[in-house]
Amino acid sequence: MIVPDTVDQIFVLSKHWLLGYVPTALQPIVSAILSVAPVLVVFPLLFAITTVLERKGLGRIQNRYGPNRVGPYGFSQPIADGIKSLTKEDIVPRSADQVVHLLAPLLLVMAAFLAYAVLPIGRNMVLTNLNAGVLFFFAVGSMVELAVFMAGWSSRSKYSLLGAMRAVAQMISYEVPLVLASIVVIMASGSLSTVAIVNLQASYTSIWPHWFIFTPWGFTGFVLFMIAATAESNRSPFDLPEGESEIIAGYYIEYSGFKFALFFLGEYLGMFATSGLAITLFLGGWAAPFSFLTWIPSYIWFFAKLLALICVFIWIRGTLPRLRMDQLMGLAWKFMLPMTLLNIFTAGVWHFMPSGFTRWLVCTSLLIVPCLLLSRGLKQRKKLQIRTYRFAE
Amino acid sequence: MLGAGILKGLAETARNFLGSYVSKDRLTTVQFPEERAPRIEASRNFPFLVYDGTDPQEGLRCVSCFICEKECPPKCIFIEKSTDKKPDATGKPQFYPARFNIDVSVCMSCQICVEVCPFDAIKMDNAFELSATDRFDALLWNKQQLAKSNNYYHEIHPTEAAAVDAELAAARAKTAAAAAASAAAAAAKKLAAPPIPPTPPTNGDDIL
Repeated sequence: MIVPDTVDQIFVLSKHWLLGYVPTALQPIVSAILSVAPVLVVFPLLFAITTVLERKGLGRIQNRYGPNRVGPYGFSQPIADGIKSLTKEDIVPRSADQVVHLLAPLLLVMAAFLAYAVLPIGRNMVLTNLNAGVLFFFAVGSMVELAVFMAGWSSRSKYSLLGAMRAVAQMISYEVPLVLASIVVIMASGSLSTVAIVNLQASYTSIWPHWFIFTPWGFTGFVLFMIAATAESNRSPFDLPEGESEIIAGYYIEYSGFKFALFFLGEYLGMFATSGLAITLFLGGWAAPFSFLTWIPSYIWFFAKLLALICVFIWIRGTLPRLRMDQLMGLAWKFMLPMTLLNIFTAGVWHFMPSGFTRWLVCTSLLIVPCLLLSRGLKQRKKLQIRTYRFAE
Repeated sequence: MLGAGILKGLAETARNFLGSYVSKDRLTTVQFPEERAPRIEASRNFPFLVYDGTDPQEGLRCVSCFICEKECPPKCIFIEKSTDKKPDATGKPQFYPARFNIDVSVCMSCQICVEVCPFDAIKMDNAFELSATDRFDALLWNKQQLAKSNNYYHEIHPTEAAAVDAELAAARAKTAAAAAASAAAAAAKKLAAPPIPPTPPTNGDDIL
């Protein structure tokens, strides 16, 4: 298997080959640039592809064509969009805080890019193998809240402030279940390093992989993580901070031109990063789904999984209507939080029970029964009835 | 069970997504410049002048009676009467418009001109691709631009045009009958010299 191995490591090998021509004193910085540059190119490109995929997918979900004019099947639409946003006038409100108004989109994009530092994109393909990688990811991810609030506050508009306040309330609420949902993986692998977590999942029993999603706590954790990730990246059905039908565009209402595009870029990059973390934690990172498919290069598997998750995000966006603020908070604190805590407990039980059918039965029932009870409790509380007005009629 | 409704919704959207690739009936979008939806018969936007026969200027039904110009609420019609007369659609000698202008940038598509016209000379068009680079001269249409054939009228409003044609044919028959009667009377007068005074021509007043 010499050839596939070379193909798998082609980027790593070519980087080392290039570094051979660089004087030793410059090697650290050139190595860093050579590692970072592909990330700075590939993920914005993925953003461009995702925008057109999303528009076409949403169109098909609503029985429309979606963009189909620019280029073959409309796939050059991102170029047209880019030219449009670059040539548009950049309007800054006179009463806005000029400096903070400028810094907010930059900080958002920077925070989103920083998160990629710990994502293993392929075998031996990670920017930095921090031994607290997952912690670093969440720490950087919380910078997004700061950027969003900077944007909302500096614009000096009631809509943007409302949007920013919603965004901060929502993101802080969902950060809790997001982190708690990923703790089970850290418990199971005993490491905060993303590389170690993927390496642990990249082995096989006969043809089946050891992904964490194929355990009761892993599956629950994955579902909870994805719900929280949707809320973290401000996507429908949790897009209250934007809420274009109520507060027009939320925190970036006062942005135009390329700054507006930067907000979109930052949001999508954040979505890719959290999806990438979900892949790393639960879906085996760059590992192939079956042992006989390991000849396909690892980075292709990573991006295939990433695209699959993006499609799920688009599918969900095309399906669900926006939640109300109280429903959003109720879901976070009354359902997600208890479920994640239970999930941690279940992961502990799984760890200490002997493997076999009993372990599966106990752990599955430990999760399904509380889930049913919680959902019944959530449902019974609300009485749906025709609203009666005392004065309006 | 929490989430059952979500799964149902996801199934529905997935059915829409896949179905739109399988059955073309699901996609109701008309790809406009290449495909066109058939126009609804009652649709209308700006007026045009109907002509009969082949010559757009000779065949104009308009007799420049100024009723439409006077009734037009935004005052977008401008008519100049001719000095001579020519036979109109029913065969009677009438004035005709030397100039007939409609400023479509002012027109509000109210159709009042069509309703008041006693000669069925002005009707509503449904051509809608009217963009121009100049908002003054390019949107001030003259007689040549406004004249459209009766066949075109039949194309865009078939029911209405058929009714108008029947009416006009009846009027033409009446004028012809009146002409024949007066000719016969004249011949009779010629034959049996003085007694009967000549009947005044019956003026074709069914039109007015």
